[in-house]
Amino acid sequence: MLSRTADNLFWLARYVERAECLARILEVTQRLTALPLAYVGTTNEWESAVATAGCAAAFANSYPEANEETVIDFLCFSQANPSSIRSCFETARTNARAVRTALTVEMWDAINGTWLELKRFGNGPSSREEFMRFLRWVQENSLRFDGSAYRTMLRNDAYWFSRLGVYLERADNTARILDVKYHLLLPANERVGGPLDYFQWAAILRSVSALTAYHWVYRESVKPWLIADLLILRDEMPRSLASCYSALVQNLDLIARAYGRQGTAQRKARAIRARIENTRMDEIFKEGLHEFIDEFVDNNNELGTAITEQYLM
Amino acid sequence: MAVAFDEMGAAEGAARAPYAELARWLDEVPPDVLDYRRREAELLFRRIGITFAVYGEADAQERLIPFDVLPRILSAAEWNLLREGLEQRVKAINLYIKDVYGGREILKAGVVPEDLVFQNPVFRPEMNGQKVPHDIYVHIGGIDIVRTGADTFYVLEDNTRTPSGVSYMLENREIMLRLFPELFSRHRVAPVENYPDELLATLKSVAPASANSDPTVVLLTPGIYNSAYYEHSFLADKLGIELVEGRDLFVMDELVHMRTTQGPKRVDVIYRRIDDDFLDPLAFRPDSMLGVAGLMSAYHAGNVTLANAVGTGIADDKAVYSYMPEIVKFYLGAEPILKNVPTWRCREADHLRHVLDHLEELVVKEVHGSGGYGMMIGPTSDKATLAAFRAKLKAHPRNFIAQPTLALSTCPTCVEEGVAPRHVDLRPFVLTGRDRVRIVPGGLTRVALKKGSLVVNSSQGGGTKDTWVLDQ
Repeated sequence: MLSRTADNLFWLARYVERAECLARILEVTQRLTALPLAYVGTTNEWESAVATAGCAAAFANSYPEANEETVIDFLCFSQANPSSIRSCFETARTNARAVRTALTVEMWDAINGTWLELKRFGNGPSSREEFMRFLRWVQENSLRFDGSAYRTMLRNDAYWFSRLGVYLERADNTARILDVKYHLLLPANERVGGPLDYFQWAAILRSVSALTAYHWVYRESVKPWLIADLLILRDEMPRSLASCYSALVQNLDLIARAYGRQGTAQRKARAIRARIENTRMDEIFKEGLHEFIDEFVDNNNELGTAITEQYLM
Repeated sequence: MAVAFDEMGAAEGAARAPYAELARWLDEVPPDVLDYRRREAELLFRRIGITFAVYGEADAQERLIPFDVLPRILSAAEWNLLREGLEQRVKAINLYIKDVYGGREILKAGVVPEDLVFQNPVFRPEMNGQKVPHDIYVHIGGIDIVRTGADTFYVLEDNTRTPSGVSYMLENREIMLRLFPELFSRHRVAPVENYPDELLATLKSVAPASANSDPTVVLLTPGIYNSAYYEHSFLADKLGIELVEGRDLFVMDELVHMRTTQGPKRVDVIYRRIDDDFLDPLAFRPDSMLGVAGLMSAYHAGNVTLANAVGTGIADDKAVYSYMPEIVKFYLGAEPILKNVPTWRCREADHLRHVLDHLEELVVKEVHGSGGYGMMIGPTSDKATLAAFRAKLKAHPRNFIAQPTLALSTCPTCVEEGVAPRHVDLRPFVLTGRDRVRIVPGGLTRVALKKGSLVVNSSQGGGTKDTWVLDQ
């Protein structure tokens, strides 16, 4: 297939996935700000939302301070922010138009319908209720697009490249959501394991639809190292780094088999998966969760570059 | 202006034969059903994303072409006449272009004036003496036809560069089949859905001799910002070929390749929907970002077929148009089956005088204009516009032709007030391959939705209809 087509499919999937992740981050943020003041103290969840989304610098250039209004505008509706939910859907739809021939009718319907409906929300929600509806809507639309791709696409290279986009982005997003905890600096007088800590970790689980899964797997109250275990090392958890990398290795192998050639991308993906598989949770915490995640995000980006150089240009 | 011929003939009582069943159906069906179907059709079009861009309107970046749910119907006999005429005309056009870039017999014989060819900006000296595969220049032609009476059809325009609109022909039929199965079952309508197969067969048949037995065909688009992008992607999809942009292609050792995830792949036939000017920055406009550097060298080496060929604009200029009856006679030795609209060439002094004396009765067109731009309709123009065109005509008579204001035929159309007659034209698509000429029955009917309006161009508020050729 054309390199440009593969590139478009890859990014189309990434942008839809990114929009969903932003919606999840904002849902957590909204939930945390709803905690009574006695629990929250002086932390700024809105600031940490921007940091988690990975666009603190761009944000600081456009707004004087991080509060509910400015962060929602920046992460959801801003046209100046190329990674806002609106920009993600618009870019995704532009990419989709450019590769319509490689999409199924259902996929086109999903992304085009999303783009058409996006206008309904204008430049921002008029109330918190409407904002929550917007976040649900974003997640439902992403789900619909992903589902259409999964259920209707031919299992060939077009499908595999689109999957690579999904998993690469998802791995990045899970890592960032886990890192929220680092950015949510606990108030100085709050002890680790205290009530605020508990609510923050639970909110993180919710944001990746994993609260129920957590209870099924561990049958325990919420503990930070188990959450990290679930989101990093557990292969059966669909948004975990381990699970994303199983899928990345698998899809890259399918491409390599079809094309009759392995390359840098395949080797890189296997190396990252091996690093995850050969790590234990206590080692991660000894080394520092934030440091581990930082290294992972860099490696993940390098895999993205390797895929681009090998296939997409 | 004479009263327009109505194709259904409802005004005179009984409907004409091809429309008899539609007229009966219209009597039976409640008006709100039509209205409901009309809204349903619009929804379908928007969902599948058939939109077009209008240049110069930042706001309406993606607009729908209005679709009218009432079909335009031609009898088998009417179509047979058109088909023969179209085939003849396109044959003559191909011979003419070959001659212009080859032996120039027609210029030597003084049938077409030399300066009309050599001083024409769309004349491509690069093509002089250049052989193209199988001597075919216009693989895809869109010939605009208008009608003024039961037996009177005229060719209004020959589009021999990159005619568009065929996706509407195909989608209109799909939508109609979905919305009006009952109406179809009461007619025998010739299918059009085989157009993509016919197009692919045509394109494969003209592959260069050096290509292997299953040549690689691609569609070259300027990209998503082009007003016809939807059509490009639609056709590539239906043909099962890659939709490429200039940056997807490169030329190495005078061979064209596309960049794929598995490395370079050779390309044999390019169905290009890019103008000559932008094809190759090394040969034409150096600032073009849309083309492929070196494409013309591969073309000259005979390693790639471009459809349509380079330089075919020399046949769809409006001044050349006026010579088309002579061109048909010159190459085929036969009378043209399809007539030209009588045309005054303002380049000739006595014609210009006539045009200036009758300006308020005539349609004046710019020789190189298209899409309804740069055109003046005398009877509906105010004094200022008339004066402005009078001045333009005197200053640059060569740039204009003039034609009588034709009373284009009308068809029943859904409008605000109900069903009313509106003016229509027809663009059939003529495919010329190595083996034969293929024309699917029908084409794109365009309709002027404004009452009394004669301008059917989508960029000027026109709509489209499904075109039915009855199969009996």
